[in-house]
Formats: sequence, structure tokens, C-alpha cells
Amino acid sequence: MNKTPIIEARDIITAFGQNVIHDGVCFNIYPQEIFGLLGGSGSGKTTLLREMILLQKISGGQMRVLGRDVSTIGRDEKQTLRHEWGVLFQFGALFTSLTILENVMIPMQEYTNLPVHLIEESARMKLSLVGLPPKVTSMYPSELSGGMKKRAGLARALALDPKLLFLDEPTSGLDPRSARAFDELILNLRETLNVTVVMVTHDKDTIMNVLDRFVILGNKKVLFDGTIEMLKKTTDETLKKFLN
Amino acid sequence: MHEATVFISQEPEELTVVLEGDWVQSAVKRLDASLQNLTCKHCHFDFSKIQDFDTHGIVLILHHLRRLENQQCTLRFTQGNAHFSKLFSMCETHFQEPPPSGKKDFFVFEYLEKSGKTVIDGGKTLSSFFSFTGELAHHISAALINPVTIRLRATLYHIQHSGAGALPIILLTSFLIGVVIAYQGATQLEKFGANIFIVEMVTISAVRELAPLLTAIVVAGRSASAYTAQIGVMKITDEVDAMRSMGFSPWDFLVLPRLFGLIISLPLLVFFADVVSVFGGMVIASTKLDISFVEFIDRIQETVPLKHLVIGFIKAPIFGAIIATIGCFRGFQIDSSTESVGKYTTISVVNTIFWVIAVDAIISVLLTEMGL
Repeated sequence: MNKTPIIEARDIITAFGQNVIHDGVCFNIYPQEIFGLLGGSGSGKTTLLREMILLQKISGGQMRVLGRDVSTIGRDEKQTLRHEWGVLFQFGALFTSLTILENVMIPMQEYTNLPVHLIEESARMKLSLVGLPPKVTSMYPSELSGGMKKRAGLARALALDPKLLFLDEPTSGLDPRSARAFDELILNLRETLNVTVVMVTHDKDTIMNVLDRFVILGNKKVLFDGTIEMLKKTTDETLKKFLN
Repeated sequence: MHEATVFISQEPEELTVVLEGDWVQSAVKRLDASLQNLTCKHCHFDFSKIQDFDTHGIVLILHHLRRLENQQCTLRFTQGNAHFSKLFSMCETHFQEPPPSGKKDFFVFEYLEKSGKTVIDGGKTLSSFFSFTGELAHHISAALINPVTIRLRATLYHIQHSGAGALPIILLTSFLIGVVIAYQGATQLEKFGANIFIVEMVTISAVRELAPLLTAIVVAGRSASAYTAQIGVMKITDEVDAMRSMGFSPWDFLVLPRLFGLIISLPLLVFFADVVSVFGGMVIASTKLDISFVEFIDRIQETVPLKHLVIGFIKAPIFGAIIATIGCFRGFQIDSSTESVGKYTTISVVNTIFWVIAVDAIISVLLTEMGL
């Protein structure tokens, strides 16, 4: 990989008061990669993801996203950066006062000059793309199950055709069949729209079939950085646990 | 960047539409306008010159293809590159026209429908409030029969937070109210030379009506909103369901401690409010009317019957019960949307303040009619 990384983390330190979460975490994410953040509970995967999307400040080190340093970035640049990515939160994080369709339409209404009928068609298409039946479009998030909320969350993340997609445990809470369909969708999007995907995941099938490369976090550091083939060859006992 | 364009050429059998350049979101609005008037019998779409694309560009194409199909137009395509075809077919499978929007009703019907709905919703709320108070009465009696089940620690917590926590603001407002009554009274009484009556005026109005009412309103603003929001958010995060499933009754854990907390703390707060508002009156009486503190207190003992103080104290726990009951009831009405937290918190405060004032008015009229 001789391309310039799309996300570059150098010696990231994160601490909440006395509690140190990351101490010198380094990794690169390259364009069009599907990159995984793995690790046990409390290893700071979601925190790391939040740092990349400017929701959490790093305590030390350097994080560059799309060529910009997140610690020194200005307000306008932050806003441009936010238009470049789509984020799926762990529980969907839909706006509860809007219907599912409106949730997907709102980024397009705010940030594009698309004609209204196309916004609606785009939103309906994206909802169907993530596997939601047409009848849920007029429902409110509170009427949906957890898995459906998550899919609607993905449809909203995809609304602006982002080049960079952040997914926090996208397949947890989905039934196995939808989870595989989800994997398929991610691969398709990467192939057709050249998106780069960063995901936190525990799903073994996703790790095996979808991820190009991943890091395993633990002991406040990166324990492993590489592909699944490399992980299979490892002799480290702690790392081997991730294969089972 | 290659600017996206549409080339339309009429050939003997068919209309050829060649799409070129970058069919991406920024160009969609312009392209939509140029495809808007396209109509024909036979049409040939050439996608092979499209360079860049995203889903918005494809949705635009699909929108117009669907429109032409609906006009009985036969379509023929020259496919674009593999990536385009793949995304295009993926989008095509999932593309769907929006369902026809329902015809708008005549505004009078809409208005009637809305008002009917409001009335029915009001009736439902009333009946669920009755069922809430009924169940509350049951749990109160159960708790009184078996006082061990009362959560003492939680009750004390609410006494501290809703009672003691409200003390500074209640002291300040009561003092000011005492000052205001005395001040306005003093200017009027001075005209008649009836200065000394300032004592009865301030004391009776404060201890019988204003101090309890003001305390209740402040507590309603502070605690009714807090109770509604706390219980509502607990409902949203499934904490209430978790409690139920573990066999912890939300009544014992959430409602009764708040109810008992306010029933106990309101009379205590009213006591402080009484003292401070009378003191406020005394300060004004001594500065404006030259009635010393000692004279003022002597006069209270001589002319103000104890019943006024007692009536004020009797009202306090009733107000406390109203605030806690409505605060908790509205909290349980919150469903899983964040919007309803704001809605019901507002309703809860408005309701409690209204009912505190209404009940105060009823008690005031009743007792006066009874000659008390």
C-alpha cells in the first residue's frame, strides 16, 4: 500500500481523568479499505471511532482524517469534513421526532440542492437498499425494532453518498441473514461508490469475509494490525482468542 | 471534473439520449431540468460516456426512465462501465416511486377531526389519570399498613433534593412577597391612620394564603418538572421495565418516595416561608410605619388567631401530593420519543401550578364559607 492514508493515527493518548484508555495507539487507514476496530469490551474501540468523527477530543498524539489534523482544525473545516462522511451509531440514533423517511431525507434537504421529488425517491431507494420494507417509511423510530432502527440509521448515513463511512457495530442486533446481507451491501458500496469503511465489530463472519484489514486494541495499545490471514498465522495466545 | 451533459438527437426510428460526464449530486438539479421535457415513443439511452456517478445521479436517471415507461415509451440501453452497471442495477432493484399522497381534506373537516381527536385524547388522559390515582391510593394504603416497605433512603433523598434544595429560592421569594404586601399595604393604611393593621394584613395573608401558595408554585416548577423528566427518561432507557422485570415495583421505588418526600417537605418549607415573609413585612413596618419588631410580634399574638397558620399548614401537604402525583403521572406518560420528554415536562409544570392554585381557591372559599 503506497497510497496516502485517509486516516492516520499517531500515538493517540486518550484519558478520562485518571483513567487512561489509549496510550500510544497507531494505525493507518487507506482509501477504499474496509477497516475494522476490534478488541474486548472497554478497550476503547468506540472512543477511537468518536475521536475520528470529532465527537471526542484526543488527549495526546496526532489524528489526521482526510488529510486534516483533527486537533488543530478550524470550525469551517470541521463542517466540510462532516459532509464527507456518514456515521452509523450503535443504536441507530435516529431523530425520534421525525419519521424514518424524514430521517433519511434531512441530510439531503439541508446540504444539497436536489429537487424535492428526487430527495424523496433517493431516500426511499436507500431505505430499500438497506432492506427496509416500504411500509416502515412513514413510521416513527419508536415503532421500529432495534435491528430496523439500525438499518434506517445506515440509510441515513448513506444519504449523501459519503466517501467515508463509520459504522459502530453494524451487524449486532441483526439476525444472521440480514447481517450477511449487510456485509454484502457494504462490499457492494465499496465496489461501486469507492467508499472507505471504518467499523467497530464483533461479528466473526464480518471479520472473516468483509474486513480487508483490522487492528485489535487491548492494554491501551494496538495488539495486532493486519489481515485475517496474518492473524491465523500468529502464535500469540491472546490474539488467537479472536479467531474463536 | 467533467461537466455532465445530455445530448438528445432524433434518429429515424428512435430518440437517442447520450449521457455524458459526471452524473453526481451537484449536477442533478441542472440535469433534472434538461430531462424534464423529454417525451418520445422509442428511446435509446446511452450510458457509456458517463464518467463519474453517485446514487443521486442514478436516482435522477431512474426517475425519468420510470416516467417515460409510464408514458408507454419503449426503452433501449447502451450500458456504461461495469461499476456503473452494478450500482445502477442495485439502485434499480430498490427504486420505488413514492406512493400517491392522500388528497387533502377540506379545512373544516380537518379542524373537526383535530378537535374530536383532542377531546377523545383528553378523555383517555383523564381515565388513565384516574386509574393512576386509584393504583396510587392502593399502594399508599399498602405502604401505610406495612410501613417497612417504604423506601426510607429514597424518601430522605427526595426530601433533601426537592425540599432542602428549594429552601434558598423559597426564602428569597417569600421575603420579597412579605416586603411587597407590607409596602403596598403601608401606603394605603397610612391614609387612614390605621398603621397598626399592617400586622394583621401581612401575617394573615402570608401565613394563610401566600406563603403556602408561593412555596407550592416554586416546588412545582422545580420538582414536578424534575420528576416527569426523570421518570420519562427512565422509561425511554427501559429502566422502568428492568425494574418491573426484577420485581421492583416502580410504585415503591419511584412514586411513593417522591410523594412522601413532598408531603413531608412542603409543610416544612411553608414554615420557613411563613417566618421569612412575616419578617419581610416587619422590616417594612419598622422602616415605613415606625412599628418596631417587638410591637409587631406582640400584635400578632394579640390579634392573629392560630387558625390561619394551621390552615396554611394543612394545605401544604395537599399541594405536595398534587405536585408529586401529577409530576409522576406525566412522567409515566412519556413514550420512547425524546420530543415527548419536553412536551410532558411542560404539561406537568403547567398542570401542577394550575391545580395548586385551583385547589387553593376551592379550600379558601370552602373554609371561609364554613366561617373559619
